[in-house]
Amino acid sequence: MMTIDTLDLARQQLLTPAGLGEDDLNRTLACLLGHAIDSGDLYFQARRAESWSLEDQQVKSASHAIQQGVGVRAVSGEKTGFAYSDEIQMPALLEAATAARAIARHGGDGPLQSWRPIQRPALYPPLDPLLTLSAEAKLRLLEAVDAEARRQDARVNQVMVSLAAAQDTILVASSDGTLAGDVRPLVRLSVTVIVEQNGRREQGSAGGGGRVGYDWFLAEERAVGYAREAVRLALVNLDAVPAPAGAMTVVLGPGWPGILLHEAIGHGLEGDFNRKGTSAFAGRVGERVASPLCTVVDDGTLAERRGSLNIDDEGTPTQCTTLIEGGVLKGYLQDKLNARLMNTAPTGNGRRESYAHLPLPRMTNTYMLPGAHDPGEIIASVERGLYAVNFGGGQVDITSGKFVFSASEAYLIENGRITRPVRGATLIGNGPDVLTKVSMVGNDLQLDAGVGTCGKDGQSVPVGVGQPTLKIETLTVGGTQA
Amino acid sequence: MTESLERSATMPLPAREQLETLVADILAEARAQGASAAEAAVSFGSALSVAVRLGEVETLEHHRRRGLAVTVYFGQSRGSASTADWRQAAIRDTVASACAIARHTAADPYAGLADPERLAREIPDLDLYHPWALSAEEAIELARECEAAALAMDPRIRNSEGGGVATHAGFGLYGNSHGFCGGYPTTRHSLSCSVIAQDNGEMQRNHWYSVARDRVGLEAPIAVGQKAAQRSLRRLGSRRLGTRQVPVLFAPELARGLIGHFIAAIRGGALYRKASFLLDRLGTPVFPEFVAIRERPHLLGALASAPFDSEGVATADRHLVEGGVLQGYVLDSYSARRLGMTTTGNAGGTHNLIVEPSGPFGHEALLQQLDTGLWVTELLGHGVDTVTGDYSRGASGFWVEKGEIQFPVHEITIAGNLKEMFTGIRALGSDVDKRGGIHCGSLLLERMTVAGE
Repeated sequence: MMTIDTLDLARQQLLTPAGLGEDDLNRTLACLLGHAIDSGDLYFQARRAESWSLEDQQVKSASHAIQQGVGVRAVSGEKTGFAYSDEIQMPALLEAATAARAIARHGGDGPLQSWRPIQRPALYPPLDPLLTLSAEAKLRLLEAVDAEARRQDARVNQVMVSLAAAQDTILVASSDGTLAGDVRPLVRLSVTVIVEQNGRREQGSAGGGGRVGYDWFLAEERAVGYAREAVRLALVNLDAVPAPAGAMTVVLGPGWPGILLHEAIGHGLEGDFNRKGTSAFAGRVGERVASPLCTVVDDGTLAERRGSLNIDDEGTPTQCTTLIEGGVLKGYLQDKLNARLMNTAPTGNGRRESYAHLPLPRMTNTYMLPGAHDPGEIIASVERGLYAVNFGGGQVDITSGKFVFSASEAYLIENGRITRPVRGATLIGNGPDVLTKVSMVGNDLQLDAGVGTCGKDGQSVPVGVGQPTLKIETLTVGGTQA
Repeated sequence: MTESLERSATMPLPAREQLETLVADILAEARAQGASAAEAAVSFGSALSVAVRLGEVETLEHHRRRGLAVTVYFGQSRGSASTADWRQAAIRDTVASACAIARHTAADPYAGLADPERLAREIPDLDLYHPWALSAEEAIELARECEAAALAMDPRIRNSEGGGVATHAGFGLYGNSHGFCGGYPTTRHSLSCSVIAQDNGEMQRNHWYSVARDRVGLEAPIAVGQKAAQRSLRRLGSRRLGTRQVPVLFAPELARGLIGHFIAAIRGGALYRKASFLLDRLGTPVFPEFVAIRERPHLLGALASAPFDSEGVATADRHLVEGGVLQGYVLDSYSARRLGMTTTGNAGGTHNLIVEPSGPFGHEALLQQLDTGLWVTELLGHGVDTVTGDYSRGASGFWVEKGEIQFPVHEITIAGNLKEMFTGIRALGSDVDKRGGIHCGSLLLERMTVAGE
């Protein structure tokens, strides 16, 4: 791990051009706090992003975007006032502070702590991923992925590839003394193919990415690997028969199927829902919510992962938080506001989509630790069931606990053997009890390839998931074959 | 301190002239940097939103957003760039970024601005701008009223995610090097409420909202709160269902989504990529004969009204589906050229789709027609494949026998294929929900597979 002064980099990029110094941050926070406000923070952000896309074997469109601004938040008890500006200038900052502090009408004046810079060893380099390949090399990369997909099979008749990168530079200054900066690269490559056979069409998608430069896709045949995977998936679906309907044993493959944990467990353990008592998991710390085979963590500290952060968007260093240990609920994911109101510590999960959004407790990389079983053994133990290995998205109602996730690659298991592929189907379950039905956990933990985006309250943030092969004794499969 | 609480809800919009000058500057800069054609869009938006939970203010947010986006063409090669910075230097840099991209992208024979003869010549006033001089204090009061009505409905409403009020005003302007420049201000206001009903250790959450261009069109806060409460309460006691095939009645706000899947499948982008389950279906029946869907872009004050689309093409009334037969696609200039057709004025989407009721059927009448089956009131997840039409989503709702609601159900899925679901429509209700770009009533389907216990 490297130690890089990301705070200094952020200062140079965000404050210096506007002629702002730490005194100005102090002045703005003082303006915020002088009015019965407990605490406040400023979030400066500059974002550069681009995306390139290929279809019909040519890169015909691409775009570049720049975004910058500062969000000002004032907190008084459970109340939050928020305003932002897309100008990083002192008058705009003070104007936003004036609007944000209007939330408070009573309560104590919060103290303004002296600066306490936050530093930690960097989990990713502070590079600008847009500059890690020349434009020509980006085109060659997209074309290579296209060519690889088309080379796989003559039934491939459409290939769409997109390559995107962003660099976010952020600086957080809080009345609690937090002063922290981060430079966050993020790249993603995705490929979708459509195959056709006797008039039947199916699509397959694959991709990956992380907090790295574009050159990461060139290593270990990653990019061309996505092309092969997308074609493989589409071809599997050409032969798929209608999916079964009803409750049955489900074996989930390793990696991306960990979206189960994100939906069934993760959202329900976010601090805001638990403080308000609106989550099906509220008040259940210490209770058994999973089989003893299950240990689930949220870990924002994995090097170069899509869901990782050096610090969260409130300047709290990220950590590995145990959510479920040996089946017992251990804790929640917290930002500063909810941690304070619940008398606990923030866990480095305060995240926001941008300066124009308020931070919320959010996941980073959520996964289950490996168990003892060989994945082959797990399949062999199932008489009749579904083996689901690839998924689209999912969703959860955190209050009732009901969650869904939709399989895009699945097979029937008959007499301990994987037999026919079945068409896409949604799986539905109940978050607080689905993991109690986990009867086998594989020794093959995998994290996803780095394409996940989580939505909450209209805010999208990049996340990761992972798990070993899992056997769930019973889960409802939403196919058409009743 | 309350000085800011007395400020009006949204910031004043910039003057039209300022935005027009900005667009002209961007287009001039593109020309100066060598582009043979260019188009630019600028936007300004300002909003106030408040959330009140259990009677106390939870958040008060002031939003203000600016945007500037440009696409340049060098012959048939193009590049796009955007920023939130309106200063001259930023315009220069943004145009330069777009030009740098256009130097690398391949020539695309279909690329380019909309054909000049299709650009809107007159821009009718569609009555989309009704600013609400709402102070933060008044907004808080309305949100409180909304939530209080929900909390007062029943002792089983014991927790809340809150009541909310939001008001937004914006001004968007689009111009291109064919000489088109048009824009107009819009407003959008909403009231919402989400509460939790609790009984015997069970928790059920539901919500209701009202949205309108003019605040006069909003439902009363008390009505919004009471509906949210009723919708949560009626979910208490939810059970699962056994796996079976049954007729399904979709509530209007969900029926709208089914029509949305239809639109996704007849969009130009899906068609030229052959990524649709409705390929080559123009002029053929897609729905039963009684189904008619019209596009009415110029409805006064409607949420999806627009005098021109996002590339300046004039919008006009049309029949999308008549007698169940597909009459047209949803195209922008690019996808139209790829398909050898002409644009339908749908760059950026459709503008008020009206799904005609198949009769004077309110909710009760449709429950009678459903007879025995599932009334779906909520859907969960995104299990819809536009390439194959496969449909499988989580659902909750009510089990109905002989037209009578028996009990609430949850943790089930409903599945089918959209092609068959569309031809299997049995009735379209007159209980139309106008809170979106698709105006549709309840929709009764002949049969779907329900998976449960």
